[in-house]
Amino acid sequence: MARDAVLQVAGLQTHFFTFGGTRVVRAVDGVDFTLREGETLGLVGESGSGKTTTCLSIVGLLPRAARIVGGAVVFEGEDLTRKSQRELRRIRGRRIAVILQDPMASLNPLFTIFRQVAEPAFFHQRLRGRSLRERVQSLLRAVRIPSPEWRMREYPHQMSGGMRQRIVGAIALAGGPRLVIADEPTTNLDVTIQAQYLDLLKDIQRDTGVALIFVTHNLGIVAKMCDRVAVMYAGKIVEQAAVRELFDAPKHPYTRALLGSMPKLGSKEPLYSIRGQPPNLANLPPGCSFHPRCPDVMPRCMTEEPRDFRPGDGSVARCWLLGDVLARP
Amino acid sequence: MATIPANTRLAAERTWTGRLAALVKAAREAPLAVVVILGGLILVAALADLIAPYDPTLPVKGAEIFAPPFWMEGGSLATPLGTDFQGRDILSRLIYGARVSLIVGLMGTLVAGGIGTALGIVSGYLGGWVDQIIMRVTDAWLALPAIVFAIFLAAMIGPSMWNIIVILGAVYWTRYARVIRGEVLSLRERDFVKLAEIAGASKLRVIKKHILPNVLNTATVLASLTVGVVIIAEASLSFLGVGVPPPQPAWGLMLSEARPTLMAGQWWLTVFPGACILLIVLATQLFGDWLRVRLDPQTRNL
Amino acid sequence: MSSPVLEVRALTKHFPVRRTLLGGPARLVKAVDGIDLAIGAGETLGLIGESGCGKTTTSKLILRQETPTSGTIRFEGRDIASLKGADLMAYRRAVQVVFQDPFSSLSPRMRVGDIIAEPLEIHTDLPHAAIEERVGRVLELVGLAPDVAPLFPHEFSGGQRQRIAIARALATDTRLIVLDEPVSALDVSVRAQIINQLEALQKKLGVSYLFIGHDLATVAHISHRIAVMYLGKIVETAQSDALCARPMHPYTQALFAAALPSHPDDRAPDKPITGEVPSALSLPSGCRFHPRCPSAIPVCSQTEPALRRREGGGEVACHLYP
Repeated sequence: MARDAVLQVAGLQTHFFTFGGTRVVRAVDGVDFTLREGETLGLVGESGSGKTTTCLSIVGLLPRAARIVGGAVVFEGEDLTRKSQRELRRIRGRRIAVILQDPMASLNPLFTIFRQVAEPAFFHQRLRGRSLRERVQSLLRAVRIPSPEWRMREYPHQMSGGMRQRIVGAIALAGGPRLVIADEPTTNLDVTIQAQYLDLLKDIQRDTGVALIFVTHNLGIVAKMCDRVAVMYAGKIVEQAAVRELFDAPKHPYTRALLGSMPKLGSKEPLYSIRGQPPNLANLPPGCSFHPRCPDVMPRCMTEEPRDFRPGDGSVARCWLLGDVLARP
Repeated sequence: MATIPANTRLAAERTWTGRLAALVKAAREAPLAVVVILGGLILVAALADLIAPYDPTLPVKGAEIFAPPFWMEGGSLATPLGTDFQGRDILSRLIYGARVSLIVGLMGTLVAGGIGTALGIVSGYLGGWVDQIIMRVTDAWLALPAIVFAIFLAAMIGPSMWNIIVILGAVYWTRYARVIRGEVLSLRERDFVKLAEIAGASKLRVIKKHILPNVLNTATVLASLTVGVVIIAEASLSFLGVGVPPPQPAWGLMLSEARPTLMAGQWWLTVFPGACILLIVLATQLFGDWLRVRLDPQTRNL
Repeated sequence: MSSPVLEVRALTKHFPVRRTLLGGPARLVKAVDGIDLAIGAGETLGLIGESGCGKTTTSKLILRQETPTSGTIRFEGRDIASLKGADLMAYRRAVQVVFQDPFSSLSPRMRVGDIIAEPLEIHTDLPHAAIEERVGRVLELVGLAPDVAPLFPHEFSGGQRQRIAIARALATDTRLIVLDEPVSALDVSVRAQIINQLEALQKKLGVSYLFIGHDLATVAHISHRIAVMYLGKIVETAQSDALCARPMHPYTQALFAAALPSHPDDRAPDKPITGEVPSALSLPSGCRFHPRCPSAIPVCSQTEPALRRREGGGEVACHLYP
């Protein structure tokens, strides 16, 4: 893994300020990770874990109530948190692309596919006329849209869900990005279409060497797509490891519980069920945020927040259990 | 994600005193000016018999006609806002006029809201030809100019305060019917309505238990915005002589009676009732805006 | 299986599509096109398929939200199309549904207790105290405290709301619950809770489930038997274990190939099938799956295969298995 780091997120903190700043919600609270060229990072978590806010912080698309209050997002050597909105817009169009869950929300129903896919090439690469048309067709071909020369004259509503999501993919690729952030891009797709789409993303990544952040709650997608995984809980990364490490030897009880609660094909064993509900970020328990739901909770967990432990196999986990293991001779 | 709160809060909400407390709390959150104006007007209207210095329908004994307000030359503190062409006390007439305006405004809105909400729910929930008929009638109704239509009705059934209420109700229900129908159309597709139907609930029960409670917010907001419109319509009708019949004091009527004297420089006859109409309409509109934001669960939960 | 609780025979539902302005011929969408199903007492039948395969229409037909074009649905031996009055009410009492979106299925203006009590209020004239007691009991059944009854739905998270929806479905003497993707909208850590709860309730109460889903692993986990639907037809049905051990229909195989791995080492090497589900307006000739089928043979585009007994129990509709 001597490849260059495309993205380095260090100590990122993004808080929401509501009710005129009287209530602070720590949606992202100290997140670190590094992403290399051609690598896929899975950002896993439940609703409210801060995975989406982390991504929005990276690209500077936070809602008005949210602010980055600490940490750095270094993309190709530049700290994005210090950039103006205008500079960020240029970076977003070309070097970082975002794919969202609902393709219909990303596409303008009034414009043809051609116009929407052509936009980045038109503005950033200043292509015109024939070369622009050829560029659009090659992009559509890259995302496996059949007969692109016809399809590009159609409108989004004439496409199926899977096709729309691939068009969004084509727009994302148009600027030749180094980093693509995909936020649950397949949630609304049928299983066979989802499989096609995921394979397509893999192929594109192999061809272009783009780095990929995959935001998802689905560990199956992680198992299929990712090289490394960061598991988020209540605004923090509780465990980060290579994907095989994580599935073979999960360190954090939350990761273990997530893996245990996943139904496996052909197995009728009862699922492991995590007790309780996902936490309310506005009202987090003291100590480790997971302790009220943790099966291995210790007295220490209720008062003291665990630090990062590195058990030596390249993984990082925030859990006092590891402290005990490591302390033992 | 919400956590389950202590049951104490809940118990409090269920008692009458608790509800009253919640109401007071809500009133304190409302914009101050609105609460002061509306609360003041309601108080004045309710206590008109106690506050008003004179009988509004009879000339004040010993007072001149067209007496100016007290701070002008020839004015007197006995009739602080002056007198009209019959020598009646303007202040007393304004006070009793508030009663007329509020009663007509609120009752007219209630009638309009009742008709419109009922038709909107029936139309939206039953659909089919019932919907078609109700909506075509609504369209036809909307095509009629409201005031002309109201004048026509008033001329037909004769002017009186209660007739005006019925007339304005009959004129202004269309907006409710359309908005509520739209709301019901989306509610009808919600799973909890389907669940009730699958559980065997009758149409009446679905409307009563599931549709009506979920459109009440919208209806309330619409109502608060309609009150002002109805008050203005009442004033217009009274001004045109087909509204509240004289000598009953109504603000629109006072304006109408003052019309011939406007050029003569007796401004107090028009300015005071005009200002009252302006104030109450403004206050109800502001109240409606505030209510809309407050009742919208999306903004409330933030 | 002795006598099934629910028996569906040759069920068909066609929706007419409105003519175009130019007056083209009226066309039919064959949403459900002759399917047979049976669910035994205490059994879970999984109905799996992609969007547009007719699984939702099937559930609507069973719940009598739609009337079938042809075919019969028998519940405990009686044709539900002929039910009227008291018999219909008895059916409404015995068959309930849990929908996917727990935020849409609970009225925001009703208290949890009233939501659960609604079927009881409709069907019984129990006194208030008895209803309250029953509500408390079903709340406990689904793992909630009885004293949440006076709360409003917005005070609960998605998983808790889904429990409330299940409690409501159990309030009457329910024999069959249609579970329409009941866990798809929930957080992962909560899905397992709900699935385990549903399984435990079935063991305890002997209620039957029709579990509709698109996620193979979840459906296979909870179901005893599975029926795979494609474009209004059932293409394969078998015991859950048998189906997982050896999916036979190429579409079932495609679903398995597209299923997400449970471990990075299981990343499927085989490519998923290509193409998308065609429009139900213009069905392919012969076998509906043949345009996407990797092992299609000439006969597939000409004659439609019938369901035949398959090895290891169950049935499959494919020319590859004569």
